[in-house]
Amino acid sequence: MAFMKASSPHAHGITSTADVMQQVLLATIPGLLALSYFFGPGSVINVVMCGFTAVLCEAAVLKLRRRPVMFFLQDYSALVTGVLLGLALPPYCPWWIVAIGTGSAIILAKHLYGGMGYNPFNPAMVGYVILLISFPVEMTQWAAPRTVLAEGQQLVGPLSGLGHIWFDLPLDGYTGATPLDLFKQNNSLLVEHLYASEPLYATARWAGAGWEWVNIGFLLGGCYLLYRKIFTWHTPVSMLAAIFLMSVLFYDNGSSNSGGSPWLHLLSGATMLGAFFIATDPVSSAVSKRGRLIYGAGIGILVYVIRVWGNYPDAVAFAVLLMNIAAPFIDYYTVPRTYGHVKARPATEKSDK
Amino acid sequence: MTKIWTIPGGVHPEERKEQSLQLPLAEIALPKELVFPLSQHIGAPADPVVKVGERVLGGQLIAAAHGIFSAAIHASTSGTVSAIEERPLPHPSSMPGECIVIEADGEDEHIAYQACEDYMQLSKAEMVKRVRAAGITGLGGASFPTAVKLNPKSNQPVDTFILNGTECEPYITADDMLMQTRAADVVLGAELLAHILGDPERVVIGIEDNKPKAIAAVTEAAKGKAIEVVSFPTKYPSGGEKQLIQILTGREVPSRKLPADIGVVVQNVGTAVAAYEALRFGKPLIQRITTVVGEALDTQRNILVRLGTPVAHILAEHGFQAKRASRLVMGGPMMGFALDTPDVPVVKSTNCILAPSKTELPPAAPAQACIRCGMCAEACPASLLPQQLYWYAQAEDFDRLKAHNIGDCIECGACSFVCPSNIPLVQYYRAAKGTLRQMDIERQKSDRSRQRFEFRQERIARAEAEKEAKRLARKKAAEKARQQQADKPGAAKADVVSAALASAKPKAISAEDELAKLQRAVASAQNRLEKLQQKHDESEDAAQRDKFSAQLKQAALRLQEAQAKLDARQAIPAPAEAVAGVAASATTDANDPVAAAIARAQAKMSMPPAEKLQANIDSLQQRLAKAEAKLAAARANDGDTVAALQAGVDKMNEKIAAAKQELAALAAPTAATKPEPAARPTAAAPSPAVPPVKAAPKPEKPDAASVAIAKAQQRAAALASMAPRDKLHQQVKSLEGRLEKALERLAKAEADNDDNLDAFRTGVEKTRARLQQARAELESEQ
Ligand code: SF4
Ligand code: SF4
Repeated sequence: MAFMKASSPHAHGITSTADVMQQVLLATIPGLLALSYFFGPGSVINVVMCGFTAVLCEAAVLKLRRRPVMFFLQDYSALVTGVLLGLALPPYCPWWIVAIGTGSAIILAKHLYGGMGYNPFNPAMVGYVILLISFPVEMTQWAAPRTVLAEGQQLVGPLSGLGHIWFDLPLDGYTGATPLDLFKQNNSLLVEHLYASEPLYATARWAGAGWEWVNIGFLLGGCYLLYRKIFTWHTPVSMLAAIFLMSVLFYDNGSSNSGGSPWLHLLSGATMLGAFFIATDPVSSAVSKRGRLIYGAGIGILVYVIRVWGNYPDAVAFAVLLMNIAAPFIDYYTVPRTYGHVKARPATEKSDK
Repeated sequence: MTKIWTIPGGVHPEERKEQSLQLPLAEIALPKELVFPLSQHIGAPADPVVKVGERVLGGQLIAAAHGIFSAAIHASTSGTVSAIEERPLPHPSSMPGECIVIEADGEDEHIAYQACEDYMQLSKAEMVKRVRAAGITGLGGASFPTAVKLNPKSNQPVDTFILNGTECEPYITADDMLMQTRAADVVLGAELLAHILGDPERVVIGIEDNKPKAIAAVTEAAKGKAIEVVSFPTKYPSGGEKQLIQILTGREVPSRKLPADIGVVVQNVGTAVAAYEALRFGKPLIQRITTVVGEALDTQRNILVRLGTPVAHILAEHGFQAKRASRLVMGGPMMGFALDTPDVPVVKSTNCILAPSKTELPPAAPAQACIRCGMCAEACPASLLPQQLYWYAQAEDFDRLKAHNIGDCIECGACSFVCPSNIPLVQYYRAAKGTLRQMDIERQKSDRSRQRFEFRQERIARAEAEKEAKRLARKKAAEKARQQQADKPGAAKADVVSAALASAKPKAISAEDELAKLQRAVASAQNRLEKLQQKHDESEDAAQRDKFSAQLKQAALRLQEAQAKLDARQAIPAPAEAVAGVAASATTDANDPVAAAIARAQAKMSMPPAEKLQANIDSLQQRLAKAEAKLAAARANDGDTVAALQAGVDKMNEKIAAAKQELAALAAPTAATKPEPAARPTAAAPSPAVPPVKAAPKPEKPDAASVAIAKAQQRAAALASMAPRDKLHQQVKSLEGRLEKALERLAKAEADNDDNLDAFRTGVEKTRARLQQARAELESEQ
């Protein structure tokens, strides 16, 4: 009688990679709801299209690489990449933007580097940055939130949205600047006056109309993930803290040179999406707790620096990619102190022990 | 309330302890056959002290501890030793190993155990001795010989003694059951072990809070005693020795050190009870409580099982259904190992036999890619980065593995347990650790062989230098001899003698060489001794120190031997030189029988004949006594050597008689004028007595040296009486012969590429030169 030979442990916890990914998908819902409420169904369409394209690309590449397609698709990682990219893209962007972005994310950023677990860069952000650099016009046209629509103007409906996406049918005056855009363009008004003169701020409670709720939505989703222990608090908290500190430091009392209020930075653009869904991508981030604190803080600082002094109104994608490059380096010097050791040792240390 | 520290990481697997706690502790039927692996503890395998076919009783020692780092093994019931052979071992590798197999006779007779009422009055050394004799090892899993742990270094006072009743593995309830049913003995055992350890300030029994009954029982039993019973939150792996120390004291055991290094000793509760039983009742470790659990069994419970009981027997007793089982595990689900056959016995460390059904512990799902989620790092109690270890283990980057402290991984399996990608992380670590160990061994080996190589180079160089020096000396001597020869033709005699001697012992090592060698041996022995002493002083744990002290003793012995040899060697030249009559250049070497024989013969020669005879008789009588003893023994045994021995004794008697007679004759004044023998090979064969004749007629087989000496002397005598011309003639002839031989040898050496090629060459050269000289002389003579 021969029994199965297996290495300990024989018991296994219940979480699987698929579970982790499903939780992440679930957690995007509040943010997506807010996006849809304020900007119409554009984001939902984006998410569906990106997700679909991502899974398709993933399957195709797996087939080419002769990997078991179903086995790998079941980890939901491609879907998550697609959905995150979909959330980041401007609503009602043309279909080919979706195709190019998702394709680059899955094929270039993920599989050319060896596939799941081996990609040094966050795939969704690679896709996003490629698009932003290649098609700046399409990528910077955001829809206007419902609160600032002119009298008689309607939110874009699903059908007209699809028509625009697929057939480039004109959409009546749907575009608007984002709060970060506006702030960047301003160089003469005091913050106070700017806030008063722009309906985007005037109709908002803390930061920018619609955007603040979108960010709060993602913050809620992030808290849910924290609660489910999908990731640790270190990266998001340190990133948000860094943004907060930077904006407090350079608020400049709301002068015309001001870098913007902390609320503006925390609740605008992709801050919360980045903090809880992008920067926490485990594959491309630092591994240890200390490492993640540094990694998150780095992203936060870079986001602020690029937003305020750089050429792009938002910067989460760039900041994340830059810190992705630094992650292995951070890892070398942030190995935690092991039980029984007086000090932590750098991973580069050579020893004969 | 005792302060409790929390440990990082840890997981909460399903406990499933209630499964085996429904039924009371039970015993099972005696198996037909019991198997006792000689190696069921950490350290050297035990040495069997019983023979196949022997009847043994329960409790009888069947294998003795091999050294300090080992443990004795006792039979757990009465029966007959049916085999001592290789059997599959309960070991992760399921490799076979030497086992004593006992066929139970069903009587279950035991030896009379020596109970001891006032065992607490014994000396500590005696207590440790008894614990050792009882073959007690850690019952928690690691099987570390308990006596070793009870003997910490004197410079390491133990301030905390922890009794581990954590039992953090799911399913297992053996310690729980023990504490519930024998709480008083647990406490007595704790007191006993604490006493042996010098009554540390703190004696703590640590129990996880999922065992309320055990906590209550032990707390009750420990009432009024200086023992803390501490419960702490359930979390795997709180029961790991290092983790438990951290929970109860806040201290961490430094990497690669032992708990004793920080003044802590941890023992399992089962071990404490075993020690108590050994001292109080004189019972060796022959049974233990084992949890038999899993849904593939009809009955799940704890049993008091005899060591050596085959797992198959236990399974049969519990209604095991192989079809339902997903696997068979010895130990718990987190750290236990899968058995591929139930034909292995229960050993001292077997705390659980787990036969889970396929739904209970399903086969592992296929591993997916690591998503670097970091859950493993969150779970690791040692604060390692399992995902990095995994990454570097796959890449076989051993430097990085070491930098990430893979050596501090306790293989608890918490990381694998939580990994959402189902990666069997621990398996990778075990493999990597194995490779690292192998690499370490290899490195040590190569270091050693490099050292050896360097030594050899040095030695060769030294030998070369010595050879060169000797060659020069020889050349000088030869020149001198030639000069002397030219002055006084008769001097050639000595040369011929020495040449003959040299050819009789071509392989003899020169005296200085030998001396140098011995001196080197002494020096290196001393060196070794010093090094070992140093290592001994530095070594931390007791076991290592023991090992070193054994080595130390050996080295000292070797040094003594070498010194003795050297002394003997240095003493020898004196008598040899004193009787420099025959061969001035004869090499006397303590190790060379020929030279020794010559020396002895010479020594004898210098004795007065009467004394010599007396000595001879004495030695003969001694030999006779011995021979007679042997004969008696042979007779007693009815051996077939009786006849031969009898003949020998008779002959010896004769010899003694003859010698005595001679002595008597010698005592008469006329006999004293008898000439002395030139050389007598006493060593080659025992001669009955010194024959009062010339050397030539020898009744026994003469040895080569004495023959050569005799021949040389004859030749020298002949030469002396020859006319100078004839003499030269003779010399030329002999030199020609020698040259031929030397050339032959050289050719052979060349063909074989011998190390001594140079030596041969110089030999040939020299002979040739001498021949030429002799020829020239002859010519001038003519
Ligand atoms: S838990 Fe598994 S998947 Fe997650 S980081 Fe560790 S090894 Fe990788
Ligand atoms: S097995 Fe090793 S690496 Fe994994 S959790 Fe345990 S100690 Fe940490």
